[in-house]
Amino acid sequence: MLFFRRKSTLASGNGAPAEAPSVEARSVWRNARLRLYRNKAAMGSLIILGLIIVLAIIGPSLSPHEYDAVYWDRIQMGPDFANQHWFGTDGNGRDLFVRTLYGARVSMAVGLLATFVSMVIGVVYGATAGYFGGRVDNLMMRFVDILYTLPFMFFVIMLMVVFGRNIFLIFVALGAVEWLTMARIVRGQTLAIKRREFIEAAHAIGVSNLTIIFRHIIPNVLGPVIVYATLTIPQVILIESFLSFLGLGVQEPLTSWGVLISEGANVMEVAPWMLLFPAAFLATTLFCFNFIGDGLRDALDPKDR
Amino acid sequence: MTRYILKRLLGAIPLMLIVIAVAFFMMRIAPGGPFDSERALPPEIEQNIKAAYDLDKPLVQQFGIYLWKVMHGDFGPSIKIRDFSVAELIASGAPASIQLGLSAILLALMVGVTLGTLSALRQNSAADYAVMGVAMTGIVIPNFVMAPLLSLVVGVYWELLPTSGWGSGELKYKVLPIIALSLPQIAYISRLTRGSMLEVLNSNFVRTARAKGLRDHLVVIRHALKAGLLPVVSYLGPATAAVTTGSVVIETIFAVPGIGTYFIKAALNRDYPLVMGVVIVYGALIITLNLLVDVLYGLLDPKLRSNR
Repeated sequence: MLFFRRKSTLASGNGAPAEAPSVEARSVWRNARLRLYRNKAAMGSLIILGLIIVLAIIGPSLSPHEYDAVYWDRIQMGPDFANQHWFGTDGNGRDLFVRTLYGARVSMAVGLLATFVSMVIGVVYGATAGYFGGRVDNLMMRFVDILYTLPFMFFVIMLMVVFGRNIFLIFVALGAVEWLTMARIVRGQTLAIKRREFIEAAHAIGVSNLTIIFRHIIPNVLGPVIVYATLTIPQVILIESFLSFLGLGVQEPLTSWGVLISEGANVMEVAPWMLLFPAAFLATTLFCFNFIGDGLRDALDPKDR
Repeated sequence: MTRYILKRLLGAIPLMLIVIAVAFFMMRIAPGGPFDSERALPPEIEQNIKAAYDLDKPLVQQFGIYLWKVMHGDFGPSIKIRDFSVAELIASGAPASIQLGLSAILLALMVGVTLGTLSALRQNSAADYAVMGVAMTGIVIPNFVMAPLLSLVVGVYWELLPTSGWGSGELKYKVLPIIALSLPQIAYISRLTRGSMLEVLNSNFVRTARAKGLRDHLVVIRHALKAGLLPVVSYLGPATAAVTTGSVVIETIFAVPGIGTYFIKAALNRDYPLVMGVVIVYGALIITLNLLVDVLYGLLDPKLRSNR
């Protein structure tokens, strides 16, 4: 709707400049933002996610407890407001509220960083393949096809076994797994825009290939990239918690939602809060990222609706 | 078509080689050897042990020997589970794992496609929202949370089914693991089906089929589903990978004696040969199923059929 209105005002503006002087041209990004604002599920998710992030940052300092402080007299207790254990304590007598929020920090950091790694690799790779086309493209995308059919999760698990649990290895490994789809998306988009006039114009004035890719191609494929990145974050968080659940993720006393959930799942009959709180946080976060991703897709791609 | 299948079969061989090579060399760059933890041995004996496991030869030759053995089904001995070879362990675990995995994929396909089609046919109805809400829940609640919850509610509170174990393979032991394994896939497949069916139901050939007076259910079953299922078929490859990884967790939670359980134990115990063996078996499984899916896709999609 908005998109069409903008086109028509622009068109009439071109024909008779005096007719519509008060109408400002809106950029694609501004239109997308307005569309996103009207998507209730996405905006609600954005607010909730914002709250979780704020809580993860300042939450631990609200509580009088440290994330690795052990209270021998309060092992595996339910939520207890007298001692300010709002979410109860875990099997080692540590405060679950603070640990859940520390887990939030780790899970979010892994999600964001690994997604960023995958985005950088995928975008550069996809744009290069799409831009050069022909044999280069063929070769590069065949390589992606091959990687696609490899059992990557098992390689990641093997990597964890061999090199021990190392949080930086998790970033790199997950980023290395997740860039494949990103590369495919970016390549498709690049193929679509590389024949456009502004690329030709850049060629004509002698801009180098490298500059064209970074200055003209990549900014123009950013829309789908952002959408897919938003949907990658929850996947990465899920994979990290999966690894942690298997005992291959982050190491004690540091924690992540996956570690907390796996501890909670073992004792859920006697201490359900140990499963409930981290699982609720994880599920809510994944929900929010998925809704925001869907909302962004609708906002950035009006044809799709 | 035969040529295409042959071509794909040949293409699978280098893929398998890559999987075996990655598994092999990853283990070799691991710090420390398999015999480090044992008490110090006299050099001659150590030399003999190394010779027995071919560890004294150059790395490339070792890889060749390993490859040769793997092709003959010999994955070497397990380090931690004494007196068992990796091949024996895999053979003992495979039936349970394969049963679980295949049943889960079939169940996910049936339920997912049905739900997705129904919600596409009743777009924006209460039923549609309900199905999509449940699908979203299935996606965001990881199966390692869902599985213990299922076993707690169905197994402990309602006492309907056993919470874990395998017995002698009776059906009642399989129900919960299969459901837990297929739930995320049901969610994905129903979302995929809904999306593509919505597109197909608005396309011209479906309108034509309706215009010539074909009854509704025939239009859907005979015309729309055929085209609408293509994305689902191409998702089957990733789905297999997801189910095999998922089965690792599900088998551990429900104490199913499958290869997934061995994998986790081996990974935590650093039983390298066993980890390698399981990775190679899973890799072969995923590559084979991807191949099958591609062939199936070729058969279903007339555009691809004529090209090849």
